[in-house]
Amino acid sequence: MSWLTPFEREALLLSLKVALVAVAIILPPGLATAWLLARRDFRGKSLVDGLVHLPLVLPPVVVGYVLLVLMGRNGPVGGWLHDVFGVTFAFDWKGAAIASAVVAFPLLVRAVRLSIETVDRGLEDAARTLGAGPWRAFFTVTLPLAAPGVLAGALLAFARSLSEFGATITFVSNIPGRTQTLPLALYSLTQSPDGGHGAFRLCVIAVVVALGALVASESLARRLARRLGQGARDA
Amino acid sequence: MLELTMSLRRGAALVEADVRIPGGVTALFGRSGVGKSSLIHAVAGLLKPTRGRIVLRSDVLFDHAAGINLPPERRRLGVVFQDGRLFPHRSVRGNLRYGVRSETDAGASFDAVVSLLDLEPLLGRHPSSLSGGERQRVAIGRALMTAPRLLLMDEPLASLDAARKAEVLPYLGRLTREFDVPVLYVTHSVDEILDLADHLLVMDDGRVIADGEVEAIAATAAFQAAAGPRECGVAVSATVVGDEAGGVLTRLAFAGGELVVPHLTAPIGATARVRIQPQNVGLALTRPEGTSFRNILPAVVVDVAVRADGLVDVRLDCGVPLLASVTPLSRDELGLKPGLSLFAMIKTVSVRR
Repeated sequence: MSWLTPFEREALLLSLKVALVAVAIILPPGLATAWLLARRDFRGKSLVDGLVHLPLVLPPVVVGYVLLVLMGRNGPVGGWLHDVFGVTFAFDWKGAAIASAVVAFPLLVRAVRLSIETVDRGLEDAARTLGAGPWRAFFTVTLPLAAPGVLAGALLAFARSLSEFGATITFVSNIPGRTQTLPLALYSLTQSPDGGHGAFRLCVIAVVVALGALVASESLARRLARRLGQGARDA
Repeated sequence: MLELTMSLRRGAALVEADVRIPGGVTALFGRSGVGKSSLIHAVAGLLKPTRGRIVLRSDVLFDHAAGINLPPERRRLGVVFQDGRLFPHRSVRGNLRYGVRSETDAGASFDAVVSLLDLEPLLGRHPSSLSGGERQRVAIGRALMTAPRLLLMDEPLASLDAARKAEVLPYLGRLTREFDVPVLYVTHSVDEILDLADHLLVMDDGRVIADGEVEAIAATAAFQAAAGPRECGVAVSATVVGDEAGGVLTRLAFAGGELVVPHLTAPIGATARVRIQPQNVGLALTRPEGTSFRNILPAVVVDVAVRADGLVDVRLDCGVPLLASVTPLSRDELGLKPGLSLFAMIKTVSVRR
């Protein structure tokens, strides 16, 4: 990657790391929440639904500020994590991943929930009568059939993480090499009088990464559809 | 074998049952929406009854009072759904293998099921490329692979057209003869009952209204009412006595005498079930001479009833129950009333199994 300056490379790699970790963090709870909302009726369901969607409608700066208050070194959660595990999130790339994860969570849950709702419950019943417990039925029937939606949700969450700005800069600030992701680096350049050329280069990089992710997910989705045995027509 | 005492709510409707089901093939018959599927789903563990008990052999599957409700995966029952419900993301082989418990004890039964249902050429295919009949064969095979203690079939042929039905029906016949598994078979087709079932439950309005051997129940008014005027017929159990007319015909003996049917490739002494539909039975006050009817039986009128479509159902006793349908005109000319002795002329006898 010699065509990138060290500054650009640092920001790009940090962005990719933060986004990948964010998606990895929210995937298990995202699947569980989506399944719960799609398949179960319980008291307080609309409250859970609302809480899940909250980061989508709140200004990201608010999310970042709440994270800072809760998860900062002196916050109730952050302080405890620091004392017990020695982990610090404030002013660290891990904090950036948390901020991205929170903001991207509703997008993942929405996409996965919709795709689980399209899976015929009769197929899950059939799996149960064939000896599969609820977990096996989920992992061998529901999840494979919902896979295209899970992939779409994960891509959406990944893209949202890459573009995360407000929550990140509020929670972990803008420290080159530590928390300065691509959008933050771009912002810094736009603030300096001779940053025009560098900002343009970062724009191009952002576009290339986003396009790459789209193309990769398209081809993955096509392969998934083939694996599902042209099942879409069969449903 | 299966003891079923339960009630459950489906929307505003109440479905109740209090029956003991023996081994062999039991047909659960009734019009659409009378609660047949609900009953099957309750036995399978997919619907929870509001009260009662479900016991298979000595194994309690559900007991409301004792708080027992085994989940479906622990009931060890095979279920064949009306719509097949094959997994679209798995090949036929993958579908068949889904419920197999362990590779070691499955080998023999996998091959046996595949050959019974002629699934070999389909193994590598995907469900979306199968015809409706092929899908149901795979669904039946998939349920059999689990070595079920009871096979529940919820109108497995109802979604198929007549040609596909005829393609799958013989497999069901073979299955019930070759696999020693009791079957509870939901259907609203009289043909399927007469071809497959030993025992018959008739449901109406959420209740089991008749319960017994197919031959006995098929002649009852409850079954005739549920089956509707076009479908109904009586079933007669008969024994092969010998050939007639140089092997063109076969003579059968039954409780009311003898019947001559088109040639059967069955040994002497074998039992057969024949179906006699009411529109194929004519009546005469004296024994007719010079007629093409080969089957003429003395009979006594039991009951005369006018149907919704204006024709008259005449219930007869000729050693076994028999039904004839005639016009009101014939009823008046012959003076049909209970107790009258006459002769039943049977035009067509179809042998069902």
